Amino acid sequence: MIRTPLRPLARILAARQNGENPDHIERENIRLRAEDSRARAQNRAEGRLLLLGVAFFAAFLVVGTRMGQLAASVPEEPRSAGAGTEISGRRADITDRNGRILATNFSTFALYAHPKQMVDPKHVAVELAKLFPDMNAADMERRFTDGRSFMWLRKKLSPEQMQAVHDIGDPGLLFGPRDMRLYPNGNLAAHILGGASFGAEGVHSAEVIGTAGIERAMDARLRDPAQAATPMALSIDLTIQSTMAEVLDAGMTMMNAKGAAGVLMDVHTGEIISMVSLPDFDPNDRPAPLLKGDPGDSPLFNRSLQGVYELGSTAKIFAVSQALELGLVNPDTMVDANAPMRWGKFKIGEFEGHNYGPLLSVTEVIEKSSNVGTAHIALMVGADRQQEFLKSLGLFDPVPIELIEAPGAAPLIPKRWSDIVTITTSYGHGMSVSPMHLAVAYSAIANGGVLLPPTLLKRDKIPEGTRILSAKTAKTAAAMLRRVVTNGTASLGEVEGYEVGGKTGTADKVRPGGGYDKDRNINTFAAMFPVSDPQYVLVVTLDEASENTGPKPRRTAGWTTVPVAAEVIRRVAPLLGLRPQIEYTPLNAVSAPKP
Amino acid sequence: MRPFLFILSAIVLMSLAFWAYRENYATQRALKDVSNLNREIAALREALSQQNAEWAYLNRPSRLRDLAALNFDSLGLLPMEPSQFNRVDQVAFPQPPSTEPTLADPVDTVGTLDGTDSSTGSSTNDGEGHVEPPTTTSEEPL
Repeated sequence: MIRTPLRPLARILAARQNGENPDHIERENIRLRAEDSRARAQNRAEGRLLLLGVAFFAAFLVVGTRMGQLAASVPEEPRSAGAGTEISGRRADITDRNGRILATNFSTFALYAHPKQMVDPKHVAVELAKLFPDMNAADMERRFTDGRSFMWLRKKLSPEQMQAVHDIGDPGLLFGPRDMRLYPNGNLAAHILGGASFGAEGVHSAEVIGTAGIERAMDARLRDPAQAATPMALSIDLTIQSTMAEVLDAGMTMMNAKGAAGVLMDVHTGEIISMVSLPDFDPNDRPAPLLKGDPGDSPLFNRSLQGVYELGSTAKIFAVSQALELGLVNPDTMVDANAPMRWGKFKIGEFEGHNYGPLLSVTEVIEKSSNVGTAHIALMVGADRQQEFLKSLGLFDPVPIELIEAPGAAPLIPKRWSDIVTITTSYGHGMSVSPMHLAVAYSAIANGGVLLPPTLLKRDKIPEGTRILSAKTAKTAAAMLRRVVTNGTASLGEVEGYEVGGKTGTADKVRPGGGYDKDRNINTFAAMFPVSDPQYVLVVTLDEASENTGPKPRRTAGWTTVPVAAEVIRRVAPLLGLRPQIEYTPLNAVSAPKP
Repeated sequence: MRPFLFILSAIVLMSLAFWAYRENYATQRALKDVSNLNREIAALREALSQQNAEWAYLNRPSRLRDLAALNFDSLGLLPMEPSQFNRVDQVAFPQPPSTEPTLADPVDTVGTLDGTDSSTGSSTNDGEGHVEPPTTTSEEPL
């Protein structure tokens, strides 16, 4: 750095010559120097201030950002399992429509072994074999000593078993926490729930995956960690499900039936309030599927959904309501019902060779369940329109409900739709659908002609639905169904105050080798109530039922299924909150209190 | 002045260091508390879900049905039936409340009726006027 001298010689000399005081020059220079150094110090101080300011700003920014982050973050729910579990065992609960638990999780422990850490493998093997009868002491000892370092012993332990294993006291026996699926209601709604088992298993936790029913169909929803805390509400009502199962079970015993199925549906929302299939099973301990024989004999078989049978006469109302809708007939039109009817080489007769003819009104065709009358009506409609209508009722496709079995339970439809198929289908033969299909189709009639997609989940928003019949036709068809109960084949179905309307159906079962079996029937009753303003549709099916109180067994639906269905309605309707329309006689003046 | 500033800043520095030390431990303690609380919440939640499961198990319809049948003598519970519905106008009205005044102390009431005070008296009280006073005798010690 170049220092300017305080007294530069040249300027001093010049000043002396001019007679000025050279000290002025020195003072001036000192002033300049001081000014200079002050400016430098100021600069430096300003720089430091700026630096400090930036540092503080950065620090406050960091603190502020973190605070903002904490404030904006979603509070995290503490997890029940230990930290760092890769496999999530969380699974949402399933409840009924009123929030009563149908499926929940229960913590338990799995038992595994580290044989290399075992003190006395022989003793452990003997003690374990005493605890668990399915374990063989010699076999266990061999496996403990063959050099492996890890093995699973038990997937679930009860607290007592766990204590007993603790008492063995060997360091090589270890417990891993497990969430197991629990169905507290046992057999109730077993076919809907299905069941669950373990997927990927780790020492600290295991995946719980659905194996059947809604557990499997809605697996992604149930396992979604974001929705694990909100239970999945079904449309099922536990009380009604239980009542229906009880009544059907009693009915099955009384009518000597092999199986029973029932579907109850809310026609205005499409929700399935109850779906029962008997015999049933315990989803907590799901039985293994049958390896041979008819899978329909397994309790796992859901008769109300997978039981695809010929409808029998319950289908007659479809042909008639379509003819009404097309304006081909009205309820009083007389149709040919002279039995037996000949069509090509086929002969169509009535039940037990009756002849209701020669002419019947359309209402009477339904009331008396005349095959011949329905056949003539179906021929008026024609094959194409008939197929189209049945398809619009959803009878050609699997029912779109949230069960894994649903897509597999497709109806059996004849490949070629000849005139004879048109005739037989009109009275429910040649085409096989499930009780669930029937309930959906009847619910369309009950809902004023609007078909709603059925669901097993509680519905907040009712979908639009598709109109397949006019409200007027639907009302007329419902009135005809009412006549079946008041005057026709379902007279045992009358439940006082509930205005039940419905149609019976008796179909002979198909023999495995072909042909029909006269003594083995599927009896169905499809009902709606109350007919004047239908709220619910009920379909009850009994498999191979016979009513044996008379001199010879009676196997028609009117004798077997209808009384069972009536009892279901009598018990269930009050639970649904439907008040009966009581015949009201005014109280006499003497006993009536004055207002 | 300057040494005083030095000592002051040293004291401030040491107190800040002490404060930071304490904050550090307080933070660690708070974190531990949080994790303890989290564990407690998780345990309570699990207990709750177990109790819910147990509640559902104990309230399963088949058990309730059996219990209702077992305790029929004391409870008399029957399945709900259509006949249990009724119309509102078929329900008997409660008896209209009595218009007679309640006699808390019949002795006094009769006493006042005998007197000239008719403010409480109404048509119904007149009917009671005939009750001749057993009052004076009952009031006397035996």
